[in-house]
Amino acid sequence: MDRTEQLQNAKPPVPHKSSGPSLPILGQVSRRTAVKGAFATLGASAFVAAISPLRHAMQETSLAEFMQQHYQELSAEDKLTVIKRLEDDALEKYGVEVTIGDDRPIPGTKFVYAINLSVCNGNGKCVEACHKENNHDRSTNQSYIRVLEMPMGTMDMGQGSTTYSGTVPADGKFYLPVQCQQCDEPPCVNVCPVQATWKEEDGIVVVDYNWCIGCRYCEAACPYHARRFNWKAPEIPADEINPDQGYLSNRVRPQGVVEKCTYCLHRTRRGRLPACLEACPTGARVFGNILDPNSEIRWLLENKRVYVLKEELGTKPAFFYFFDK
Amino acid sequence: MNNPSHIEASISNGSSHLLSYPKFLMRSIALATDGSLLFYAWMTVLTAIALVGANAWANQVRDGMIVTNMTDHVSWGLYIANFTFCVGLAAGGVMMVIPAYLYDDEEMHHVVIIGEAVAIAAILMCTLSVVVDLGRPDRFWHLIPGIGRFNWPLSMLTWDVIVLNGYLVINLHIVGYLLYMRYLGRKPNPYWYVPFVFLSIFWAISIHTVTAFLYCGLGGRPFWNTALLAPRFLASAFVSGPAFIILVMRILRITTNDSATAGPAKTLIQIIRVAMTVNLVMLVSEIFTLFYTGGAHAASAHYLFFGSHGRYGLVPWIWSAIVFNVIGAALFFLPSALERGSVRIVACVLCIVGIWIEKGMGLIIPGFIPSTLHEIVEYTPSLLEWKVTAGIWAFGLAVLTILLKIITSVFSEKTTPSAEVL
Repeated sequence: MDRTEQLQNAKPPVPHKSSGPSLPILGQVSRRTAVKGAFATLGASAFVAAISPLRHAMQETSLAEFMQQHYQELSAEDKLTVIKRLEDDALEKYGVEVTIGDDRPIPGTKFVYAINLSVCNGNGKCVEACHKENNHDRSTNQSYIRVLEMPMGTMDMGQGSTTYSGTVPADGKFYLPVQCQQCDEPPCVNVCPVQATWKEEDGIVVVDYNWCIGCRYCEAACPYHARRFNWKAPEIPADEINPDQGYLSNRVRPQGVVEKCTYCLHRTRRGRLPACLEACPTGARVFGNILDPNSEIRWLLENKRVYVLKEELGTKPAFFYFFDK
Repeated sequence: MNNPSHIEASISNGSSHLLSYPKFLMRSIALATDGSLLFYAWMTVLTAIALVGANAWANQVRDGMIVTNMTDHVSWGLYIANFTFCVGLAAGGVMMVIPAYLYDDEEMHHVVIIGEAVAIAAILMCTLSVVVDLGRPDRFWHLIPGIGRFNWPLSMLTWDVIVLNGYLVINLHIVGYLLYMRYLGRKPNPYWYVPFVFLSIFWAISIHTVTAFLYCGLGGRPFWNTALLAPRFLASAFVSGPAFIILVMRILRITTNDSATAGPAKTLIQIIRVAMTVNLVMLVSEIFTLFYTGGAHAASAHYLFFGSHGRYGLVPWIWSAIVFNVIGAALFFLPSALERGSVRIVACVLCIVGIWIEKGMGLIIPGFIPSTLHEIVEYTPSLLEWKVTAGIWAFGLAVLTILLKIITSVFSEKTTPSAEVL
């Protein structure tokens, strides 16, 4: 018989029936199918049980937060709604009444920072001030600033150390504080897959914490170790929270998003100075608007031998270093 | 395979693809869940491991990624390492396609579909590996063009999203079409699949090149910032992919009556011989360029191969990888590797493990050590990360098993529309 005849003569297969009384309702179903169905149901319930912690995670967020659009797509009313929601959340989660501002860049401003390495003595008050001002997690003692203790006579950071202690300044050492350089060609902005981070008109590179998906590509791309990730939800006692907050800067960030130094834009866009500068006891830090011909920072950049870190990478930092002696 | 005239007739006489395609899917599901005790035991074990992984991931979403051992210094770890390897596996699946279609190797045609099944399972593992690494997986929709904000063409991650999803769709189409035509007892129409096959060759190269570009474009990470990264990725993918397929074919030969001829595996081993040699030559080139020049550029390599400042965490990993790869390559060059036997199996396993280490722990982690401020913070994956990764592999192997089950059943003529008429 050829194949065609074989198929034409083939009888339709009879469904297998178990001997003995058949199951009610399921009477026509084979035993094998019933067992398969039981195991499938067991597997499905096991799966639901396995992912049940997700339910707890969902309680930490809301539908409104889930649906929120990118910061640059929000209208003025949208922003008010969002900010109100965030302020209510802060009260509920942290027990503090906070004010979250939406500070926009001042026209004609480009912020630039400089540090006098002959004066910085590594005391670390800037690190501490950042920690407090920016509502960082207490248990990890987070800050946007890291200070390297460098041996005199080299700029090789490999010979430096961030874990120095004792009296400062130590003999034969100088100190190099590093934070976000607010680059003019920021590698972090290019790599973000969802445009959650961007450079604003006054030069500050910001993050929309409600848009970031937490992929940490920007953290991999940054050559200056400027970015931090919220590996857990920040924990801060109510009396230590700084209630003067900005949407794009120091409001308490949620778990799972990236953050960075914002030159304290909730201060600097209101005419004040960054917290790190105000805390510095030696006067090593200088901050200002490079576009203002009368500013101190402009004078410094024109008259001191300033340099930038990792200049060969082409990132064009807005952060300068110089020695006075 | 002749076309039984009454099946042709039944398709053209009213019962359309709208009816027969769902029947084909239902039949596939029935085939996929029917098997021997060994099959059920295997699938149960895989399901159990996948559930452990799912639970571990759910805990990670709830408690935050602090439950991993990643830090702001080493901010990518086991998940991205595994992702990198799985992209290579998916690209390597296409190795069987090149000789079959570009060089018209008739024998390869019969097993090409296995390579594509491996590619499908591997792409799913890639996608899962990335999703579990997201800090906010609930914000996944931010990536969708038009609804979210898709930073294409600047962000290499967006290119990766496009090419990986495209590769999945292409392979699903090819496999689905060939299976469906076989189920209907019809000869596949070349216009419906050959262009996609050629597209998949080009696309496979692109998925791994784009993934390499993710890393090698970052000026702040000198260990990755080498032009040789993309070529090395391709070379190692064209070892790990075919090696994995050889293992799959051996398992199919043992567990089913289906057995390919000896030709395809021989062709694959010839490919592995060349690709592994190229990979090792590139390794030598990298080592020379780094260590002869020296300086800060070699800091990560120094930490990786020899340790640095009293930290030696990755040294055993990389040297194991090199030993496995060299021994594996040597075994592949033995004449006995071209015969059916254990030599090729041992070589495949050694090369797969060696490349997993080299591309994963031996590439991703050292990119972060020393950090950009030259701090040395070490990393080994936490138990939770291992669980999630094991769960991803279990899921991928389960998908692969199901696909292979359907493929072997359909191609052994156990399934035609007439046979299933009740």
